[in-house]
Amino acid sequence: MKLLSYFRGEAFQRGVHPPSCKLTAQTHIRRLPFPQKVTVPMSQHIGKVPHPTVKLREEVVRGQPIARTSDWLSVPHHAPVTGVVEFIGLRPSARGPWVESIVIRAHPGATQEDLWGRPRDFTGAAGSEILQAIWDTGMVGLGGAAFPTHAKLTVPKQAKVHTLVVNGCECEPYLTCDHRVMVEQADDLIIGIRYAMRATGAVRAIVGIEDNKPDAVIAVRAAIERAAHLPGGVPEGEIHAEPVPTKYPQGSEKMLIMALFGVEIPAGGLPVSLGMVVNNVGTLAALGRLLPAGRGLTERVVTVTGPGVAKPGDYIVPLGTPIRFVLDYAGAPGVAARQIVLGGPMMGQAAASLDVPITKGMSGVLVMRGDELSDHEGRKTYPCIKCAECVESCPMGLNPSTLGMLAAKREYDLMGAQFHLGECFECGCCSYVCPSNIPLVQQFRVAKQILREKAISK
Amino acid sequence: MTIEIRSAPHIKSTTSVEQIMRHVVWSLLPVCAFYVYQYGLSALASMVVVTASCLATERLFVKTGTQSGDIRDFSAVITGLLLALSLPPGFPLWMGVVAGFVAIAMGKALFGGIGFNVFNPALVGRAFAQAAFPQAIASYTPSFLPGRFYEMIPSSMAFPLMQPADVSEWLKLKHLDALAGATPLAKWKFEGVLASAEELVTSLSGHMAVGPSPALILVCGIYLAFRRHLDWRIPAAILGCAGLTAWLLFAFSPERYPNPFFMLFSGGLILGAIYMATDMATSPVTPKGMWVYGALIGLLTVVIRYYSGLPEGVMYAILLGNAATPLIEKITQPTPFGKSALARLGQAKRGASYALHPGYISREDAGAVTPKKRFLRNKPKPNERPGEREP
Repeated sequence: MKLLSYFRGEAFQRGVHPPSCKLTAQTHIRRLPFPQKVTVPMSQHIGKVPHPTVKLREEVVRGQPIARTSDWLSVPHHAPVTGVVEFIGLRPSARGPWVESIVIRAHPGATQEDLWGRPRDFTGAAGSEILQAIWDTGMVGLGGAAFPTHAKLTVPKQAKVHTLVVNGCECEPYLTCDHRVMVEQADDLIIGIRYAMRATGAVRAIVGIEDNKPDAVIAVRAAIERAAHLPGGVPEGEIHAEPVPTKYPQGSEKMLIMALFGVEIPAGGLPVSLGMVVNNVGTLAALGRLLPAGRGLTERVVTVTGPGVAKPGDYIVPLGTPIRFVLDYAGAPGVAARQIVLGGPMMGQAAASLDVPITKGMSGVLVMRGDELSDHEGRKTYPCIKCAECVESCPMGLNPSTLGMLAAKREYDLMGAQFHLGECFECGCCSYVCPSNIPLVQQFRVAKQILREKAISK
Repeated sequence: MTIEIRSAPHIKSTTSVEQIMRHVVWSLLPVCAFYVYQYGLSALASMVVVTASCLATERLFVKTGTQSGDIRDFSAVITGLLLALSLPPGFPLWMGVVAGFVAIAMGKALFGGIGFNVFNPALVGRAFAQAAFPQAIASYTPSFLPGRFYEMIPSSMAFPLMQPADVSEWLKLKHLDALAGATPLAKWKFEGVLASAEELVTSLSGHMAVGPSPALILVCGIYLAFRRHLDWRIPAAILGCAGLTAWLLFAFSPERYPNPFFMLFSGGLILGAIYMATDMATSPVTPKGMWVYGALIGLLTVVIRYYSGLPEGVMYAILLGNAATPLIEKITQPTPFGKSALARLGQAKRGASYALHPGYISREDAGAVTPKKRFLRNKPKPNERPGEREP
């Protein structure tokens, strides 16, 4: 349909339309019980790894800080359950390597109510105070990147932010956690948006929502109106909710800004260079709930879905819950699962073991049975036939065909220098469309890693 | 329970190489059927033999391990059918076998098989046939001969390594000798006779020795373009550039040059533009490159047709275009996101939903509206309340 796309003006050029498979778009968010033990890895986010502040066999209360560091690009962790610290040491992580973790055995019958927290009134508080409070909640980007939120909301000295872009696209197939949060927690979202606007000094906030979620747009607009009718209204500025065309990877911040404002963020630049800060709806909704209560991040909404799950849904899962427990609860006991994907199917990561815990940046647990993977799996890999499908789908306007051939020849320097490999953000569109079944994204990941190592060793 | 680890993306579109090639073969079948209807048994025999030869050669090279791919990917079938369509219907079958072998062996296997070939294999085979069998390839028989479904054209059945018999004697028996051995292009070039438009487009009337029907090929090509199995830019550029050049020359001197319509619909231009120049492996991958490549082929076709000793120039034009492909790709690399002129200037595209300017206060004040050209599915109405919409 290349011909049609010429007449149909779209938000950003190229991109793909994978089947959406949003099985859980209409199911309510449910709460998961505590597992017997939770494992809180210290390394759950981008930045410095915090250190445990609790001792072995120490009693902890849900919401109590258990790890922290003074480093700016890092966040503290909080105990997800009330119980006893049973073990502090190495445990497997979703990424593969074993990392330092705190294992807490939950008290039987412990309540899921947050017992630790100091409610706070932020009336008249300065931006820096709010940032400090955000730091204390241990909030990171819940969309998947797990970048500390306070760092993302910190505006560099020479820059000025006028717009807060709230990312409610959720362009990954299967995932619906942001969708349900927008529908069910729209008021929390607006509170979170207002805090983020105060922290950054933005005078408007725009919630970008893909147009396959009209109920989310309505819910957020209704919440905006409710907030505007409160005494005092919204002194921070104005908030809009805007539908954007459904297309993968609309949820990438560059693509979303293109859809809303029609501007390209210059290569190598950040949205802040255009006066914008982008944040995920899940993050801001959680912030809106935690910040006034003075609590820490102890749970998150996770989409548990996939063809291999009997009770797919969006669950509020205490952080540190083993994936095995989540899947047992969701009705995927010893299923013929071929693959467990953490995150979305386009950019998520395959879990190496079921004993890894849910972490802050994990938006979904996908159980793939193999039917939907089968043609991926049993398919033959051909040499590149230069069909140009990848060139037609790369949202960054790269040439994955040529890049792939260079990667096969290990011409990594050339890829970086002449073919803009650094611009690739590994969205997976090229691998998705490739009829020759070439693992292009994997080749690019390897190439980027090698280039990084080369740059370090220089 | 064992779980597997694979790298993202974990889902994949179902389009595969085999599927693309199969679709191209299917889209070629109506063209082939009409060709058989035009020329009868000989055309059918030629098609079967040439395709079989291509498949056998492909299998041979796959077995000996010098090339990737397999006959199951259908790419050799496409080569065989296109080669047969580009040869005269009465082409001696043994020569067809040789041409098919050369097409796959020298056009494809030599470079490493599917995806690695530099030149379109079918055209390599045809170029070889043109050089090796100049008489046989120039002798077209008229279409719609009476009795074409019962007897072969005598030249088809030439003994291996023998030159074919002259068909003019045989044609005399059919009382059609005036038309023997001339395609519309050859007639124009050597006799100055222009074929009528109707004859050229549909190939249905008269006994003019035209090739496969251009109208049918266009229809099949449009189907393929909609299935995204060929890039519409290449045929558009070729036909556009050839038509434009021919029209300019025609306007300059209508006596010397035929009209652009004749240029577009005679000979193998449509077949070449839609099925041969668009061969994925030998055409550029960059969108801009496709325009350049197509324009080059269109221009070269007109130049070869008008100014060389040959009546037909599509084949050499496409082969030259194939040769230029790496260079074209090199100079037409796409501009990455964030490096365009728009991004350098920090300017917004027209028609964006929101103004970027920091001085912006209210969307209504700024007069910005959501652009109409975007098709937003299920866009909620501004005054819709929650619960009004069924989930």
